[in-house]
Amino acid sequence: MMNNARFITWMTWALILGMFWAVLSRVPPDQPQAQQGALAKEGFTAPDFTLDLLDGGTITLSELRGKAVLVNFWTSWCPPCRLEMPAIEKTYRSYKDIGFVVIGLNLTAQDSEQAAADFAKEIGLTFPIALDRDNAIGNLYRVNALPTSYFIDRNGVIRSIVVGGPMNEALLQSRVEELLREGE
Amino acid sequence: MFPYLRLGPFLLQMPLLALFIGFWIGNTFVEREAVRLGLNKEKINNLIGYGLFGGIFGARLVYAAQYASVYLANPLGLFSLNTSTLSPIGGFLIGIAAAAAYGYRHKLPFRKTLDALTPGFAFFMIMIGVSHLLSGNAYGAPTRVPWAVYLWSDYRQPTQLYEIFFALMIFTIILPRMIPANAPGLRFVQFIALSAVARVFIEAFRGDSVLWLDGYRAAQVMGLLVLIICIVLLRQWEGTEQYESNTQ
Repeated sequence: MMNNARFITWMTWALILGMFWAVLSRVPPDQPQAQQGALAKEGFTAPDFTLDLLDGGTITLSELRGKAVLVNFWTSWCPPCRLEMPAIEKTYRSYKDIGFVVIGLNLTAQDSEQAAADFAKEIGLTFPIALDRDNAIGNLYRVNALPTSYFIDRNGVIRSIVVGGPMNEALLQSRVEELLREGE
Repeated sequence: MFPYLRLGPFLLQMPLLALFIGFWIGNTFVEREAVRLGLNKEKINNLIGYGLFGGIFGARLVYAAQYASVYLANPLGLFSLNTSTLSPIGGFLIGIAAAAAYGYRHKLPFRKTLDALTPGFAFFMIMIGVSHLLSGNAYGAPTRVPWAVYLWSDYRQPTQLYEIFFALMIFTIILPRMIPANAPGLRFVQFIALSAVARVFIEAFRGDSVLWLDGYRAAQVMGLLVLIICIVLLRQWEGTEQYESNTQ
């Protein structure tokens, strides 16, 4: 059986080998540590999409580089989605002038354009509402619960994901401030 | 990977459930060890409760302090059930401070208390690995080794499985007290030292390491520093008050 003195000796060897291991497994400065591919996961570049907007025209996520973006997946029949929309709208109005954009991404395949339009009008939403008519973007972002929100930094990297809701103003605003601070 | 389980209108977060189970079962190991070491079981339970609640409140308060203007305008946000507005480091430090304050006030022997908590910590570490496996977090670097797992659009080192394997190894060493510890506190330090060694080793395979100073992995640097402190404590505490032979 190992005694304490022998354990200390083993740990001392582990320390020496650990130092070599740490040097050996160092990530060279010229090798980028940021995740390369686009994937709906924290630390990865947000998968790009182009969708039609409820009010006409289209929106492309990659064209929003340089801005902090919240992509919020929702439907009009989802109670927590409805509950958090006023807070999202308020946050959008507070920060839109300093580089914050919201894309309200309606999963239209599970909803209807008319219901989405009625709800947007009822709440008075002013941010762009994108229509995912065939659920392609919902599948790309692995949305398996509503609402789901992706907070994306100015470089297009997903910084945090909030699954479920409703999100309150404090959560929304702190996340947005964090994104905006990173770019300063 | 199995992050969520839908139960009607509710979404059960499986990684959180794993941590809850880890805490619950770990607590039973702590109680058993406390009795064996002759400590008051209720006081140890209270100490854990103070640490846990202090940690949760502390995590929220520290997070809110970082965004003071936001929370001053929305004070109800402090009571949100959302776990994404918690500061892990703040919670850890304040949780330890709350538990330490309780232990000091109730005159719990410091080093013996740490020994009583050790089997619980060791079990909890296994469940942290399980939690990572369920969430897909703490993922490995891309690799082509035959045992790679396909995760996040690439074949990767199964670092979550490494984590579980090493935590299980440490638990099976710590629980039956395979390494004698004749002085209070030594078993706890042994556990921390073994965990630090495991962290330094596993971190090399991670694909999401935080990097410091010219590409060194932060967790490895911290692990090595912790290991140095452990070696010093193992030497210093060995020669102090001794356990009776039946409590080793």
